Amino acid sequence: MFIGKVVGSVWATKKEEKLKGMKLLIVQHYNVDMTPLQDFHICVDLVDAGLNDTVIVARGSSARQTVQTDKKPVDALIVGVVDRIDLNK
Amino acid sequence: MKIGRVIGSIHSTKKYPTLKGYKLLIVQPIKSNMIPKGIPIVCVDTVDAGREEIVYYVEAKDASLPLKEPLTPSDATITGIVERIDTLKENLYKK
Repeated sequence: MFIGKVVGSVWATKKEEKLKGMKLLIVQHYNVDMTPLQDFHICVDLVDAGLNDTVIVARGSSARQTVQTDKKPVDALIVGVVDRIDLNK
Repeated sequence: MKIGRVIGSIHSTKKYPTLKGYKLLIVQPIKSNMIPKGIPIVCVDTVDAGREEIVYYVEAKDASLPLKEPLTPSDATITGIVERIDTLKENLYKK
């Protein structure tokens, strides 16, 4: 999984039937020391994350390993909201 | 599977229900010569790894196989702690 920050949301009325009812958020990649990286993902949100939240995102087929996203066209999923990051130093 | 060094941990109370009870660790992937490679990733821990330990982890869909619930959204899971790495020529790492 990677760490990211929610920077916005995606609103779509015309979308794949299986994706209806799912909240889509724009997540910018961050390094563990919280420096932003130049990469973005549109993620399905199942943990009710909000704007500016630091989140953990699972990518690829692992994003379909939930009851809600099983066999659906999803490849990025927010699996948790970060409270605290502890580094060894 | 790949190897990496545990460089930190993540606390998260709001997470997907099937991930509850698992520790999340930050792992810096390393090359076989112990040099860091790429940016750190977040891994689910199943073996109770500690800080600064060298671990090996599985990626992609296979990462949910070592976990109890079949439907757990993890794309990187620590499956073992490395004690030593030997090549034909030398001993690269010893705990």
